[in-house]
Amino acid sequence: MKITDIVKILDAQVVVGGEDMNYSINHGFASDLMSDVLTLEEEHLILITGLCNNQTIRTAEMANISVILFVRNKQVSEDMIELALENDIIILSCKYSMFKTVGLLYENGLEPVY
Amino acid sequence: MMHTEFTVVEGDFANAGKASSEIKKTLKQLNIDNQKIKKIVVAVYEAEVNAIAHAYGGTIYVDLDEEKICVLIKDKGPGIPDIARAMEKGFSTASAKVREMGFGAGMGLPNIKNNVDELDIQTEVGVGTEIKMIVNFNS
Ligand SMILES: Nc1ncnc2c1ncn2[C@@H]1O[C@H](COP(=O)(O)OP(=O)(O)OP(=O)(O)O)[C@@H](O)[C@H]1O
Ligand SMILES: [Mg+2]
Repeated sequence: MKITDIVKILDAQVVVGGEDMNYSINHGFASDLMSDVLTLEEEHLILITGLCNNQTIRTAEMANISVILFVRNKQVSEDMIELALENDIIILSCKYSMFKTVGLLYENGLEPVY
Repeated sequence: MMHTEFTVVEGDFANAGKASSEIKKTLKQLNIDNQKIKKIVVAVYEAEVNAIAHAYGGTIYVDLDEEKICVLIKDKGPGIPDIARAMEKGFSTASAKVREMGFGAGMGLPNIKNNVDELDIQTEVGVGTEIKMIVNFNS
């Protein structure tokens, strides 16, 4: 699924964009527990989370996760944006609940990690 | 042979991950295999967060040569009374504040163990904890 498609499906906002917003992401993982995210072997997936702080970006950095999607209109701080830019991490934000967000993405063909 | 040190401060979640991030940059510059980099930085990051969350901060010592990276995380925190239990998946004494930060699943120590080639934990209640981990580049 192209990042631009994800943005369309969720009526999402691009908080931090990347050079190529047309590349495809195959897998998604939803969690608010960072140590859970840090167990994943799968890389370059989209992390869907309601946890919105520096640690979310750091976790993505360590786990080689290229896209983070915040649900429920979370406010992304300047610090977080800076960290994301430094590490080439794309940040998206949408207004839907976690349940609706993952439902829509699954329905449209985004695959789970497990 | 390269030696670096980092200081981590108790409760300083805003800066948790700085040491792991620096280590990642260094290893990338040295063209170390990406999978090896991920293993060590995930392990160091977990230990870094533990020092910030459960101890009173500490110091991280990094020794790097062509064959391996060795990282020692030393804190003067409360120590771990039952290390076998702490190593179990799901065991956590994390505070509400730590949970709010996205941690406290009780998966950090098992995660460290899964990622490194050698792990040695020395801990004493009331004194502190030392976690030494090694990842070999050529195995
Ligand atoms: N440096 C430390 N000093 C004192 N206690 C520690 C230290 N590291 C871990 N512990 C103890 O061991 C428990 C388990 O640690 P572990 O990292 O596995 O889980 P956690 O930090 O609670 O949650 P998670 O890592 O999943 O976010 C902690 O809850 C804490 O009680
Ligand atoms: Mg932990």
